[in-house]
Amino acid sequence: MQQIINFVLRNKTFLVFLLLFGLSLFFTIQSHSYHKSKFINSSNFVTGTVYQTANGIGQYFNLTKENKALLEENRMLKSIVHNLDVDTSKTILKDSLKLNPHFKFRTADVYKNSYSQSTNYLTINKGKKDSIKIDHGVITSQGIVGIVENTSQNFSSVLSILNTRSRINAQLKKTNHIGSLVWNTESAEFAQLIDISKFAPVAIGDTIITGGQSTIFPKGILIGTVNSFKIDSGGDSYIVTVKLFNDMTNIGHVYVIENLQASEIKSLQKPKDD
Amino acid sequence: MTKATLNQAAIFVILVLVQVLIFSHINFMGYINPYIYILFIILFPANNNRTLFVFLAFLLGLSVDVFSDSGGVHAAACVTLAYIRPVFLKFSFGTVYDYQSIKFNQIDFNSKFIYFTALILIHHFIMYSLEIFNISNILLILQKTLFSGIFTILLSLIITILFSQKRK
Repeated sequence: MQQIINFVLRNKTFLVFLLLFGLSLFFTIQSHSYHKSKFINSSNFVTGTVYQTANGIGQYFNLTKENKALLEENRMLKSIVHNLDVDTSKTILKDSLKLNPHFKFRTADVYKNSYSQSTNYLTINKGKKDSIKIDHGVITSQGIVGIVENTSQNFSSVLSILNTRSRINAQLKKTNHIGSLVWNTESAEFAQLIDISKFAPVAIGDTIITGGQSTIFPKGILIGTVNSFKIDSGGDSYIVTVKLFNDMTNIGHVYVIENLQASEIKSLQKPKDD
Repeated sequence: MTKATLNQAAIFVILVLVQVLIFSHINFMGYINPYIYILFIILFPANNNRTLFVFLAFLLGLSVDVFSDSGGVHAAACVTLAYIRPVFLKFSFGTVYDYQSIKFNQIDFNSKFIYFTALILIHHFIMYSLEIFNISNILLILQKTLFSGIFTILLSLIITILFSQKRK
């Protein structure tokens, strides 16, 4: 017994090193596996507050750009509204409670955004208090940004589409051929659309939108345009390089989407074991 | 709480904040970021309690990890760096280190450069290996290690020269 204690005391530095190294490896491996609630994420109180303070100073430098983006979005929405064939003055206003909407939109500010690592995350300033939950989609007026992965009371961390673990259901706008949007870490401007059938009429410049197959994003959120494409090594599907509409290096305000029917769809899709 | 302890604690907090608020967002050429927070490990007094030092390095790495959502890659790299530092102290400074009387603001530039380069490249290599986590991307790992490493070495040397206190 004495000898064991002596051994531990003599090698205590090495043992502490092994223990801590093992712990960090555990955190690392955990961060590479999808959808596990993690202890190490930036949606906690301390990091949130620090990023909040820094953002409070930094956001003034982007005001002109943000204003332009909002103006552009307003212009687009107005042109849709005023070109509708319905005469808005004559329609009977329905009770909005009875409209039964599928999707609920909330706004949030981005406090932290990274795009240079291979696993990138954003931190936004809304959390459980504002009914943000795991698996809500995050978009801007230009296109998709990511999926909420961890939430705390006041903050959430968002798995960016620029993350090797991100996999988003997407499709061509003109046909219904679906694929998965992934990222190969090379450039923050481009993402890759894989598993698109080789029978799909892909052409350079085509628009890629989200498919309606996931319960996270509504169908038709813009993603990007086809920049180039090639047949993959298996020979039966395309690998399409997509130029993203969003400038992922510059994101200020985002919308968080909640699918109000998500649980219903999921319970329907769950295989029933009898 | 001696003055030296308080001093180290202040350096710890300042380096983490400067790293996560400024240097992690430089993204020179798209992906090159300097990781200057490891100056804490590099410049920690040599005559220390080694177990405590390894533990402090873990805390340092973990704080940066929490801010940058990177799991435990910085923590792993920092712990390793703190554990193997004595080898490099001996390798770079030889006899001066043997007497445990080394002062980092009094050493000559050449040995300081070798010491910084070795530790920074090892830290970056471990960090990027764990972050990319794919042996088939070894070229990408080496490329990132090299470019970010050069950036970090330059910045660390500039910072140590700017902030060195000339005590005679």
